Amino acid sequence: MLKFALSRLGTFVPTFLGVALISFAFIRVLPGDPIIVMAGERGLSEARYEELRQQYGFNDPLWVQFWDYLTGILRGDLGESFVTNRPVWDEFFSLFPATVELSLCAIIIAIALGIPAGVIAAVNRGKFFDRALMSTALIGYSMPIFWWALLLIIVFSGNLGWTPVSGRIGLLYYFDDVTGFMLIDSLLSGQDGAFGSAVSHLILPSIALSTIPLAVIARQTRSAMLEVLSEDYIRTARAKGLSPGRVNGVHALRNAMIPVITVIGLSVGTLLAGAILTETIFSWPGIGKWMVDSIFRRDYPVVQGGLLMIAVIVMIVNLFVDLMYGLINPKIRKR
Amino acid sequence: MIYRTSLAASALLLGMVGAAHAQQTLVYCSEGSPEGFDPALYTAGTTFDASSHTVYNQLAEFETGTTNVVPGLAESWEVSDDGTSYTFTLREGVQFHSNDQFTPSRPMNADDVIYTFERQQGEGSWEYYNAMSMPDLIESIEKVDDMTVRFNLTRPEAPFIANMAMDFASIVSKEYADQMEEAGTPGALNQRPIGTGPFVFEDYQTDAVIRYIKNEDYWKEGEPKVDNLVFAITPDASVRLQRLQAGECHVMPYPNPADIDSIQSNTDLEMLQQEGLNVGYLAYNTTQEPFDDPQVRRALNMAIDKEGIIDVIFQGYGEIAKNPIPPTMWGYNDSIEDDPYDPEQARQMLADAGVEDLSMRIWAMPVQRPYNPNARRMAELIQEDFSEVGVDVEIVSYEWGEYLERSRAEDRDGAVLLGWTGDNGDPDNFLAVLLGCDAVGNSNRAQWCNEEFDGLVQEAKTISDQSERAKLYEEAQVVFKDQAPWATIAHSVVFMPIRSEVEGYIIHPLGGHLFDTVSLNQE
Repeated sequence: MLKFALSRLGTFVPTFLGVALISFAFIRVLPGDPIIVMAGERGLSEARYEELRQQYGFNDPLWVQFWDYLTGILRGDLGESFVTNRPVWDEFFSLFPATVELSLCAIIIAIALGIPAGVIAAVNRGKFFDRALMSTALIGYSMPIFWWALLLIIVFSGNLGWTPVSGRIGLLYYFDDVTGFMLIDSLLSGQDGAFGSAVSHLILPSIALSTIPLAVIARQTRSAMLEVLSEDYIRTARAKGLSPGRVNGVHALRNAMIPVITVIGLSVGTLLAGAILTETIFSWPGIGKWMVDSIFRRDYPVVQGGLLMIAVIVMIVNLFVDLMYGLINPKIRKR
Repeated sequence: MIYRTSLAASALLLGMVGAAHAQQTLVYCSEGSPEGFDPALYTAGTTFDASSHTVYNQLAEFETGTTNVVPGLAESWEVSDDGTSYTFTLREGVQFHSNDQFTPSRPMNADDVIYTFERQQGEGSWEYYNAMSMPDLIESIEKVDDMTVRFNLTRPEAPFIANMAMDFASIVSKEYADQMEEAGTPGALNQRPIGTGPFVFEDYQTDAVIRYIKNEDYWKEGEPKVDNLVFAITPDASVRLQRLQAGECHVMPYPNPADIDSIQSNTDLEMLQQEGLNVGYLAYNTTQEPFDDPQVRRALNMAIDKEGIIDVIFQGYGEIAKNPIPPTMWGYNDSIEDDPYDPEQARQMLADAGVEDLSMRIWAMPVQRPYNPNARRMAELIQEDFSEVGVDVEIVSYEWGEYLERSRAEDRDGAVLLGWTGDNGDPDNFLAVLLGCDAVGNSNRAQWCNEEFDGLVQEAKTISDQSERAKLYEEAQVVFKDQAPWATIAHSVVFMPIRSEVEGYIIHPLGGHLFDTVSLNQE
């Protein structure tokens, strides 16, 4: 197991370097000089332009800029935002918990509903339930998130008044950030109703964000289940007289889990991408909105640092998924 | 960075009125996050709302709801006869705010004023200060005594006093700056601002909420009216409206034009409106044939159906522009008649000028602005109008940074859609910046240098009497209309939906959102 883990870690370093290079190059390939964008309609003089280029280090050759960036990363320094002058690192970690909280809730919803839906659909293959669930999943998969999120707000917050419109917690509640996770901090604060308020604010954005992964997981579970259900050992299990619940839930589902876990791992990337839209609509102060703002402002350090951090997180999650395979299916461990 | 004292204050929000000492909390659903809280470092209105309009004051300020300049932290000022020296007498006994790291030991004085400007004379990204040419304009700043400061200018410049009311001129505390410098945290000025303004900065949760409390020692009697001010950052316009309707906030800026009718029919809400201090225009390149001929430019202007543009692009909520400055500004010449929309005559005039089979480019901005919410569509409408008079149009566009850069070039091919929002409410800020000879190859996108026009505008700079200056600007607008370097297209209308319990909100023509005079009428 250790060897397996180490070999996976070995691929980490080149991937990391590649991501650092791509994130550095990406923002520089985009047209638009950050200084000109900053000056806007007002414009600025040639002399002033040169002065600012010098100040931001744009006059150095690209490879020098990249080297500074790379050595900075190794020292744990991602640079400072051109706009706020705060370290990218600090900004990232002040916003990241909000994104994690939202993404975790969304993925929990997606797993909790997606896997049972896939199993039910597979067991009832071709029947009403199967068709109903799978067409719902198809609709969920093809729905534009921003439209769906607005619809949720208009119906549940606007018309029915069941949930708050946006934000992370009622403005009434005001306490220290301890962990950055609102669910935990609201409990720690000891203020009456704070936790309830945090939960109610989390409902709509989690639903909106979970929709696509939910659909993907449900469809993947169904097809993996169908494959496994046609295996000989399932027929044997049935022939032994095991209850359908035990056959489907234990023998079949466990063996169908490998592709499902792969999809869950991959959906972390989808979640982070979806979080950008979801966060903007629900005024959710996470890294999605932060990244979008910084791209428009051509805030190089934030864009490259943020991209790098996101890529590293996706890599870590996928490493974790790889290790999970080993736990679930011993055959993979030995390879 | 939370102060427990405010917990009780924040515990009463939005209609949750307690018994005797009901605290009033005003919630503003703002459209974006501030870049920081030191207004001198930035140029965005969103940042100013959260800093210069709440936490700070300036020596002079704009009278609420107008572009008239009135005394602020300076009680009065005197201008020397030659117009190159301004002496400000400061207001006595104005206290800076305190926070858990800083308590002022003295009231605001000349040292703070000098520090505010001298730091911007030096190196650093003081963009607005530089954009307003302040480093070249200010020769020296003198401390006459503790409460008197004199600015010596390199040339007479009447708009100087309006500049003193701008956001970059927000007076910061030298004592706080020194203390933070010593503590090794000079960034505190930008993250935890200390000013003299109506509201004391309390806390900012990035991208989510900004909290302020009332400045109990505010030098303006009876202001601010509310005890707490909260900015709930809500980037999406539809969501802002939902929050306003649900009572999660009291005031919101920038509604979607499509929602305006439904807001007006909602009895819980009120809609305030005013013309924006801006202009959207199409700038010909007056150095290139055949656009160097004023008759050709006038003919093309007459071919544009501006009413159609207002209907389609502004959904009816805009105003046709006939002058390069907006009607809310002093010096606006209302006696000028706009060119009629007359394709017949336009075709005739083009023929008379010897123009045949003209094909040209129109540049469409890639971004949305109040003065032009959809430049691509606008370009298409103009393309259609021009084809009516036999002019063939190709529409081009670039990424915003490229667009700004390329459109400055003196040999640029084609007419550019662009616009301007006023900085300081002074006509000079439109007429000299956008149409003066000095600005050719830069913000003068028409590359238009007209001696008569430029002479009038330059002369107006040297006179400090406003009514005399207004006359010169009115004359300059006549020259502009006759020479037609631009097609002036539209001024936007600013809408502010508020909840009906909000009292005393006034739209600020310069685009800021101010809450010092606002109160809540809670039953």
